[in-house]
Amino acid sequence: MATTTAAAEAADAAGGEREPVLSVRDLRVWYGTERGPVRAVDGVTFDVRPGETLGLVGESGCGKSTLGRGVLGLTPTGTALSGVVDFKGTNLVGLPPKRLQKLRGPDLGLIFQEPMTRLNPLMKISEHFEEALRTHERKLSKTAIRERALEALRGMGIPPSRYNSYPHEFSGGMRQRIMIALALVLRPAFVVADEPTTALDVLVEAQIIKILADLRKNFDTALVLITHNLGIVAEACDRVAVMYAGHIVEQGDAREVFANPQHPYTKELLRSTISLSTTGLHYIPGSPPDLGRPLEGCRFAARCPVAMRGCEEHEPPEVVLAGGVRSACWHQALEADPSLGEELGKDGREPLAVKEISVADEA
Amino acid sequence: MSKQSGGLGRYIVQRLLLAVPMVLILLTLVFVLMRVAPGDPVSAAAGGKLSAAQLAEKRHIAGLDKPLLEQYWNYISNVAHLDFGTTFVDHRKVTDLIVDNGGATLSLTIGALIVAILIGLPIGLFSGRFRDSAFDVGARVFSITTYAAPVFVTGLLAQLVFSGGSLPVSDQADQLMSLNVDTTTHIYIVDAMIAGNWDAVNDALLHLVLPSVTLGLLIVGVFIRMIRVNVIQTLQGDYIEAARARGIKESAVVTKHAFRNALVPVITVLGLQVAMLLGGAVLTEKTFNWPGIGLMLIQYINQRDYVAVQGIVTVFALVVVFISMLIDFVNALIDPRVRY
Ligand SMILES: Nc1ncnc2c1ncn2[C@@H]1O[C@H](COP(=O)(O)OP(=O)(O)OP(=O)(O)O)[C@@H](O)[C@H]1O
Ligand code: SF4
Ligand SMILES: [Mg+2]
Repeated sequence: MATTTAAAEAADAAGGEREPVLSVRDLRVWYGTERGPVRAVDGVTFDVRPGETLGLVGESGCGKSTLGRGVLGLTPTGTALSGVVDFKGTNLVGLPPKRLQKLRGPDLGLIFQEPMTRLNPLMKISEHFEEALRTHERKLSKTAIRERALEALRGMGIPPSRYNSYPHEFSGGMRQRIMIALALVLRPAFVVADEPTTALDVLVEAQIIKILADLRKNFDTALVLITHNLGIVAEACDRVAVMYAGHIVEQGDAREVFANPQHPYTKELLRSTISLSTTGLHYIPGSPPDLGRPLEGCRFAARCPVAMRGCEEHEPPEVVLAGGVRSACWHQALEADPSLGEELGKDGREPLAVKEISVADEA
Repeated sequence: MSKQSGGLGRYIVQRLLLAVPMVLILLTLVFVLMRVAPGDPVSAAAGGKLSAAQLAEKRHIAGLDKPLLEQYWNYISNVAHLDFGTTFVDHRKVTDLIVDNGGATLSLTIGALIVAILIGLPIGLFSGRFRDSAFDVGARVFSITTYAAPVFVTGLLAQLVFSGGSLPVSDQADQLMSLNVDTTTHIYIVDAMIAGNWDAVNDALLHLVLPSVTLGLLIVGVFIRMIRVNVIQTLQGDYIEAARARGIKESAVVTKHAFRNALVPVITVLGLQVAMLLGGAVLTEKTFNWPGIGLMLIQYINQRDYVAVQGIVTVFALVVVFISMLIDFVNALIDPRVRY
C-alpha cells in the first residue's frame, strides 16, 4: 500500500493527473416499463481516478442510484444500457453477464443505503465472507479466509468474537460496517457507495464517512459517494457531480463548485441547504420532470430562475470553465462562445416568462 | 453455540406452553359444535327403534342427561387421560379404532405429502425462478386445476385411467387378508416389512400410489403457488441484489440465497395444510374405500354415532395442534431469528 500512496503523491507533486480507473462516456440507462422507457440516466460523462472520491448529488429521483448500478451492470431485466463504461481498458457496457459477475466484488464494489436488509438472514457473518472470498479467490485456504475476513472486520471495528453471529444480532450501524468490510475484503479498485449513511444516526454517519474517507488513503480506492448531504460532499469528496433529471449539469473540484457554483441548479441546490447560518428556508419551486416522457431543451428550464426563451427547446452544451469545472447551461455557453447564440434563435435570449408555479399548484 | 441451544430450548418450552390454550380452545370448539348439531344424537343413532325408557338409559350411559358444564368437564378430563369415548353403535373404544385404522390414514397422508413435495417443490421453485415463462403459465393452470377439482373427481379420474392397468384402483383390505401379514404396527407396509413379505410390501405400495396421488394433488396447488410467490418475492430482496453486487455466481444466488429463504414460510404453510390434508383424507378414503380413520368417520356420521364422531374429530384436532408445533420447531432450527 505504501508504494501506491507514494506513487500517488509523486504524481500529485508532479502536477500530473493519474489515469482514470473508470471513464464513463455518454452513458444512458433506460428502464423498460409498460408506459415506455424511463430515461433515468440520459447521457452522462465523468471520470474517476485512483484514490479519488467523487460526490454525486441531486434531488430524489434524478437517477443517482441508477447511475451507480448501471456502471456495475446491476440493472433489472428490460433495462437498456448504451454508451461506454471503460474500466481499466474494458468496456463494461454489453459485457457478457458471466464476465461482469467476475468483476463485481474483486474489481467493482457497491455499498447500499439500507444495511438492515442487505445480509442474508439465514447466513452467519462468517458464511457471507467465506462465500465471497471462495467465489473470487478459489485457492484461498480456510484459515486464510478467516484471517482475511477478521482483518477486514477489525478495520471496521467489528470484534472477531462476533464472526459467527447472525445478521439480526447487529445494529444498523454495525451491519453497515459489516457490509463495507464485505465489499472491501475483496479489495476492489472502484466502489460506489449509494447513500451509505442515510438510514443511520449522525454519530454513526460521521464514523462511516471517516471510514470511507480513509479508504482512498489506505487502499487507493476510487469512490463514487452518492448522498443528499452536501455537508458530507464538502467534507469527504475531492470532486462533485450535480445531477438533474438524468443529466450531470455541473461537475468539478468540490471546493471550487461549492465556493463558486456556476449552474443555476447548483446555485439553487446550495441555497436550499439548511445550515446553522441559514435564515429562512429556501426551496426550489416545482418538481423535476417526468423521466418517462421524451424531454427536449434544458431539463431545468421550467424551474430555472434565469431561464431564457431558447432554453426550452435547445439543449445547452457542456463547457469547461476556469478550474476545470464543467457546466451545462446556456449562460456559461454563451459567455464561452457568443456565436453559439445563433442556435437559440432571434429572441431566444429574452428571459422566459416565468410560469406561475405556486405552492397551490404543487399541492 | 451454547447460547444458541439455550435460545432453542427456551423457545421449545414457550411453544409447548402455548399449545395448552390452543388445545383447550379447539376442544371447546369441538364440544360446542357437536352439541349445536340438530337432532338428538342418541335417538338418531338408535333409528327410532327403542322405547323411551331404553333411550333414557342409553342417554344416561353416554352421560347426556348430565348438565352441560359437567359434560364439558368430563369430556376435557377424559381427553386429558387419552380417553376419547366408546362408540355407540358397535361399542368400540375410539382409541382402539385409531390404533386399528390409523396406520392406513398415516400411510395415506405421508404418501400424499411425499407426492405433494415431489411434484410441488420443483414446479414451484422453477415457475418462481422463470416467472411468466411458458412453464410458469402451465404450472399456474395446473395448480389452480388441481386445487379446484374435488377429491372424488380426481379420484374417479385416476381410477378410470388406471382401471385394467397395472395399478390397483381400490381396496387395501382384501390384500391385508389374503397375504396374511401379522398386524404389529397396523401400518400395513411396515407390518409387511417386519414379516419380510416383500410381495406384500410391493402390493401395499402399489395400492398406495393412486390414493396418495389423489390426496397429494389436492394440496399441491396451494403448495406450488406458495413456493412460487415466495421465490418471486425473495428474488427481489435486498440481500439478493447485494449478493449479486459481490459477484456471487447466479446459480448460488438463486439456490443458496433465494430458494432457502423462500422455503422458510412454506414450511409454516405446510403445517397449516395438515388440517386440509386430514379433511381430504376423509374424502380420499371414501373414494378408494381405504380402511383409514376417515372411512370410519363417514360410517359413524351416517349412523349418527355422535360419540364416535366427537372422539375422532378430537383426535384430528390434537394431531393438527401437534403437527403445527412440530413445524414450529423445525422452523426454529432453520431460521435463527425465530429462536430469540
Ligand atoms: N426499476 C425501475 N423501473 C422503472 N423506473 C425506475 C426503476 N427504478 C427507478 N426508476 C425511476 O428512475 C428514476 C431515477 O431513480 P433513481 O432511484 O436512480 O433516483 P435517485 O436519484 O437514486 O433517487 P433517490 O435520491 O430518491 O435515491 C426515478 O424517476 C425512478 O422513478
Ligand atoms: S440552460 Fe437556461 S434553463 Fe437551463 S439552467 Fe441554464 S439558464 Fe436555466
Ligand atoms: Mg437512490
